[in-house]
Amino acid sequence: MMPTLSIFLVVSAALFCIGLLAALSRRHAIFILIGIEMMLAAANLNFIAFWRFNPQPQQPTGVMVAIFSIAIAAAEAAVGLALVIAVYRHYRTTNVDQLDQLKG
Amino acid sequence: MQSAFAGHAFCRMNSVAFILIAILTLAAALAAATLQKLMHAALSFALTFVGIAAFFFLLGAEFVGLVQIFVYIGAVAVLIVFTILLTRRDVEKDRGFNWSGVVVALAVFGGLIWAIFKTRSISITAPEIPALTVERIGQVLMTGYVWPLQCVGLLLTAALIGALILVMEEKR
Repeated sequence: MMPTLSIFLVVSAALFCIGLLAALSRRHAIFILIGIEMMLAAANLNFIAFWRFNPQPQQPTGVMVAIFSIAIAAAEAAVGLALVIAVYRHYRTTNVDQLDQLKG
Repeated sequence: MQSAFAGHAFCRMNSVAFILIAILTLAAALAAATLQKLMHAALSFALTFVGIAAFFFLLGAEFVGLVQIFVYIGAVAVLIVFTILLTRRDVEKDRGFNWSGVVVALAVFGGLIWAIFKTRSISITAPEIPALTVERIGQVLMTGYVWPLQCVGLLLTAALIGALILVMEEKR
């Protein structure tokens, strides 16, 4: 028995929801970034799976989107971690609940 | 290795390998999302991305799997570990945990599962397709995708300069 497309989608949905859980319920800024990276990776897994299960994969579009998405995720991680370090220098904390200076 | 059989179609996808990789990936992702110690969570994060790269190998996208390993385990995981070490004086452990996030994540998961199993047309097995070589990826990148490639190069440059400016010491 070979794995079907829907099984791959179930796995990537589970990965997406674990990333969402990490991004929503952890209070540390680095964990929120980790959750966002996981959600992006789950989307990449979907792109690759849809490309692989296409009957005529002449154009490797899914692969291209995944490659560009990985590059953009790397840029996002670099800027996000730089923001975490800058916030830590300024407020001496990385707990997002304590960063409420902009609250009205 | 599947690339050893290039020219021949892909090896058949092995469901035992699929189940093992799925268990590894999801367990590592759960550990990364719930472990209290920051460093353990960062290492589980790296393990999660090993699992995702293994999925890419299983699906026949070897190049993307290698890029994933280079970028995520070689660069992003190391960056996260460095950031944890640089902000260490704050909290070694992450204590607060917001349980409403669990409810939201479970609701989203239920909705996605419902949509996946309601769609009949995606319960298909993989067709036999010719192997995707790196040569083909390079050709496509240099012809049809040359503008996106240049834009991503510009974006990466801007992101690196922006990250440097963000962490530069403020002049007093």
